[in-house]
Parts: sequence; C-alpha cells; structure tokens
Amino acid sequence: MATLTAGVPKHAAGAAGIKQHASWSPYDDNGGTTLAVAGADYCIVAASMRMSTGYSIMTRRSSKILQLTDKCVIASAGFQADMKALHKMLQSRNVTYQHSHAKPMSCPATAQLLSNTLYHRRFFPLFTFNICAGLDDEGKGAVYTYDAIGSYERTGYSCQGSGKDLMQPVLDNQLKAASPLLIPARGDTVEIFVITKEGVRREELELKKD
Amino acid sequence: MFRNQYDTDVTTWSPQGRLFQVEYAMEAVKQGSCAVGLTSKTHAVLATLKRAQNELSSYQRKIFKIDDHMGIAISGLTADGRVLCRYMRNECLNHRYVYESSMPIGRLVRQVADKHQVCTQRSWKRPYGVGLLVAGHDARGPHLYNTCPSGNYWEYKAMAIGARSQASKTYLEKHFEAFPTATPEEMILHGLRALAASLSEGELTKANCAVALVGEGSSFVVLEEDDVEPYIQMLKEEEGGGGGAEPMAEAAAEGGAAAAEGGAAAAADDGGDGAAPMES
Repeated sequence: MATLTAGVPKHAAGAAGIKQHASWSPYDDNGGTTLAVAGADYCIVAASMRMSTGYSIMTRRSSKILQLTDKCVIASAGFQADMKALHKMLQSRNVTYQHSHAKPMSCPATAQLLSNTLYHRRFFPLFTFNICAGLDDEGKGAVYTYDAIGSYERTGYSCQGSGKDLMQPVLDNQLKAASPLLIPARGDTVEIFVITKEGVRREELELKKD
Repeated sequence: MFRNQYDTDVTTWSPQGRLFQVEYAMEAVKQGSCAVGLTSKTHAVLATLKRAQNELSSYQRKIFKIDDHMGIAISGLTADGRVLCRYMRNECLNHRYVYESSMPIGRLVRQVADKHQVCTQRSWKRPYGVGLLVAGHDARGPHLYNTCPSGNYWEYKAMAIGARSQASKTYLEKHFEAFPTATPEEMILHGLRALAASLSEGELTKANCAVALVGEGSSFVVLEEDDVEPYIQMLKEEEGGGGGAEPMAEAAAEGGAAAAEGGAAAAADDGGDGAAPMES
C-alpha cells in the first residue's frame, strides 16, 4: 500500500526534504463560549451548552462548568475531552485538599492550581480555554482568565471560546462603563452560575437551537 | 499466662495454633477509648469518646471522613489509624476518578482487611494496632463494618470497640431491635447512650465526644463541639437534669495521669439549662 507524497514514496519524503503533515490531530474544537463577570460581592459565570464538531451538533446539553466549591467554579471552552480530563483532575485535587486542610480550596488557590495543572502539560497542551471564577478570600467577586498553557491573570470580566471575538467588545463597552450586561450568545442553552456569599445558584436560559 | 516463648515474632505459631503478636495487636485496640457504631434502615451512625493526653492537650480525633458516602471511627494506635485512613481516601478518590461513582464499602473494607492480613504473615512487619468501625451508605443501604488487626472483618447491625466497650455492647444488644425504624436523631441519641455506658467516671461533654452520620440523602458529616451539644443536652433532659458531680476525664488506661477534662467544658455547658434541641 504505497502512498506517495509529491510523487515520492511516503517513507522517502523526509529524506527528499519534503515536509509532511500529520494525517491525524489529537485535538478537536467542540465550540461553545464561556463568560464570567465579577461583581463587588458576587460573581456570574455563564457558558453555552452546545457541543459541536465541525458543523454538526453532538449534543445540546453538555456542561462546560465545574463547580468545585461554594465559592469557585471553572468554565472551560475548547476541546471537551481535554476539558473532561482537566475537570476530573481538579476535582480529585480538590477532594485531597479538603481532606488535608479540613476546609475547601479558596478561589485564588484554585486559580493557581489550575495554572500549574495546565503548565504541567506544556509540551502536549490541554486544548482548553479556561476561566476560574468565584469569590476571593475577602468575599469580593474574582475572575481569572487563562490561555491553554496556564498563563493567567485576575480581571474584572472575561470571555473565552468560539464567541469570544464577538463578546469581548460588548463586554468592554458595557463593563468599562459599569452597566448591567445582557449576554448575546447562540448555542442551544446557556447555563448561568451566580456565586454569592449565600452559595451558588444555577439558572438556564434557552437560546436559538440553530 | 506464660506464653512468652512464642510471642517474639508475628510469624511464629504457638503450639496451640495461635499467633500471639496478632492477639497482642488486638489488645491495643481494646486499650483505645470506646467507639460505637449502629445502623438503621436508612442511616449509619458512629459515636466516639475522645481522650486528651493531659489538661493542656487537645482531644484526639477518632472519626475521619473517607468520602461523601463513607467514614471511619478508630480505636487503638491513632497513627496506624491515620495511615489506613489515608489509604482508604486514596482508594475512594481513584475509584471515583476512574468509575465516576462511589466506591462500594464492602469492597474497600475487604481491601483494608487484606492489608491487615499481609502484616500478619511477614517477619519484617508488625500488625496494625487499630480497629476500625467503617460506616457508609451505598445503593444497598447503610452498612457498618468492623476490621481487626488479624485481618478479619465483619458486618454489623451495631457494634462497639475499645475500652469498656462491653457495657456499650450490652446497651446495643438491648435496643438494636428498635434501630431499623429509628430516625437519624434517635440513632445519634442511641449512639451517645451506648457511649455513655462505657464511661468509668465523668460524663459526656461536647469536648470529649463526637458523632458522625451518613445515609440516604446525607453525606458523611462529623458532629463535634457545638454541633454535638444539642444531643448531649437532650440526653441530659431525659435523665431529668444534668449529671451531678464535677465532670472529670476518664483516666488513660495506660496509667497516664488523670486529666481534669471537664473544667472549661462544664462552665460552657451551664449545667443543663435546657437549650432548645436543634432540628436534625
């Protein structure tokens, strides 16, 4: 079964100085957008629930948000298999922390843990674009935003995922001017987590299904 | 009994077919302070008597949460208990990671028992000097298991281990028929009464006892200090007013100095002024 690359057998292509591309990628983009906004003593995190591949929808109800504690959630857009693995890993670490410290992880601690976990895979990254959000140690809203390998910073608001470029200017406009935000999004349903000192409340908003 | 000839090594049998080192390890469990466990149709409860080394020290923790659906009470060498606790937590965590579900209690107890057994058959090890009461809840309902340094384990409807546990067992034997239909609150009170039976002197205070509850709709939770106070008050009211004398700690069985445990606790208790019981 001889395949040819540019007229030369595949195995000889390298020697002939012709660059080959992988016929298979370990990554996929499952779409979806996430968003978080920090308030004075609350935090709101929202994520679409659609999981897609290419132009096909795989499911309309898939969650991108992991609630770790009463004061911290992680929302991840991008490749859902990596997201699932990341979330499982973080949950295990969270339980271990609670056993050792007899208290839940604070949001800033979780933020650091997430960064370390992502950088650990520096040379085979987790294709996830994360937001860590909740209440900090003083009870103020906190949002931390990440790239795929763990570089992070604390911000007042953030968005990630396929709708990021559409949403970012809206956020910049609305929140820099400090006014309440309406979330424009497409993708079956949006799940919204509202984190306050009373705990975490989850709501759903139906969107266009197309 | 003269049995010193065959008790040097855990891997040496006696002519009567006994492993004395293992039996000595079980003695260590009997020296620990009392721990009681009981099950109803829906919940499992643990109750333990905590000991303090002396006036200045804290009361030794005896109940450990293993996972949301399971926890243990230990009696004997605390350090050995902590090691087993860490092992059990790790196993549950890994099981949850791989299977995204809670570890079946019976299986974990069997693994712990096998771990115990290994130490009875290696010349370079010693048996664990701790007995566990494992309380948990799974799809089949609540469970209570007792593990032993020998590697044996049994499932129980109710059980007590540790110092003067016979008195607690007597209480449990008298009342166990009422357990299946008891409410969680009643179960906690039964546990505390059984625990009180093992006291040689003094009385239960919020400082020297702890209870834990797990079952249908309740994650494993430990109640101590202020959380266990309402139940102690309820017991006191049943008896018709507080225990009279100045509470004192039970003397450590190893012959340590008797600690004046109760001073601060008695002051905080206010001698049964009838604080309203908390809804469980």
